[in-house]
Amino acid sequence: MAKADIEILWTELEPGCVVTEPGSSKAYRTGDWRSFRPVLNKDRCIQCGLCWIFCPDMAYAQDGEGYYESNPEYCKGCGVCAKECPTNAIGMVEEEEPEL
Amino acid sequence: MSNVNVFAVKTLTQKEYFSSGHRACQGCGETLAVRLVHKALGRDVVVASATGCMEIVSSPLPLTSWEMPWIHVAFENAAAVATGVEAGLKALMRKGKIPNKKIHVVGMAGDGGTADIGLQALSGALERGHDFIYVCYDNEAYMNTGIQRSSSTPYCAATTTSPAGSVKPGQTTWKKNMPAIAAAHNIPYVATACPSYPMDLVEKVKKAAETPGPAYVHILSVCPTGWGMPGEDIIKFGRLAVETGAFPLYEIENGRYRITVDVPELLPIETYLKPQRRFRHITPEMTEIIAERVAKEWELLKRRVEFSALD
Repeated sequence: MAKADIEILWTELEPGCVVTEPGSSKAYRTGDWRSFRPVLNKDRCIQCGLCWIFCPDMAYAQDGEGYYESNPEYCKGCGVCAKECPTNAIGMVEEEEPEL
Repeated sequence: MSNVNVFAVKTLTQKEYFSSGHRACQGCGETLAVRLVHKALGRDVVVASATGCMEIVSSPLPLTSWEMPWIHVAFENAAAVATGVEAGLKALMRKGKIPNKKIHVVGMAGDGGTADIGLQALSGALERGHDFIYVCYDNEAYMNTGIQRSSSTPYCAATTTSPAGSVKPGQTTWKKNMPAIAAAHNIPYVATACPSYPMDLVEKVKKAAETPGPAYVHILSVCPTGWGMPGEDIIKFGRLAVETGAFPLYEIENGRYRITVDVPELLPIETYLKPQRRFRHITPEMTEIIAERVAKEWELLKRRVEFSALD
């Protein structure tokens, strides 16, 4: 996994600012932008894959059983999956502040 | 909505060529379009990208979201750089310096980089007949710099440089018909697509890649920030744009027109316009003018389909 952008010093940059590692933005977690999180109801899910194909953040991936689960590290909580789910198996639940 | 079309999505590759962690807004339609385009093209791709939203969100300096060679160039010369890459690869293969295989070269830009600033570079590239694909991600304004009007902004849409008020209805000109300009170069393949119809989009991009010679794909990318709608509605509005006839999906293969997502009866245009913030000021008279124009263009497109099937 690549280093986060704040950990990279200017001295480590390649000449011409060429980025040599493909897909290194995975180090930047967009999950903390979220205020609502998608929750899957597996009883209603028909594994059609629409949530996966319509996700603009590439957060969905298939688990071992064939269900599509969103990755909380990258899901921005836009709600496209919940809206487009043909069986209403995905609901949006508000995120709560962690108790300190 | 053609369910058969949509439910085949599981047949697409699981591999992502555009990574998570990009900084696009919640529910960005353009990111979705980029993701689907590169799902269709696969691994052997070189991309030249003009300035725009996609450059900003995908490549903040030490990081990149791209899983393939990608170069950011100035606003006006994405097509010129793509053709240069294509010519360079051809020369290297001829001299045996790199293995001889098909590498797709893609030029990508937003509607500003295509219809306004990059038009002459694109026109030159299409005219010279390079074997490359040009993809225009059309979100109907300069969204990256804060929603300024472009020549691709539709009539009556309010943007920061075409505000709606008591005198002006917002944008006073009609949307530039970019696919028709590309088709006028007599190139082998021109298509319009929308990520709300993912299989249709993937099929068109694959066809564009297989076509020898230049291909132009114009993709409507719904922008929740600029259009003023919740991020969850991007797929719905893409579908409405097609079903009301505001953005018909068709392809032109060697001069032959074909409507790929047929709409037997167009929905009233208000269903698409009214819920958007950029159109919230429109009066019934303005709606009437837009509806008339949309119906006329839809009729014209159908005539072109009939006419081009004759020869």
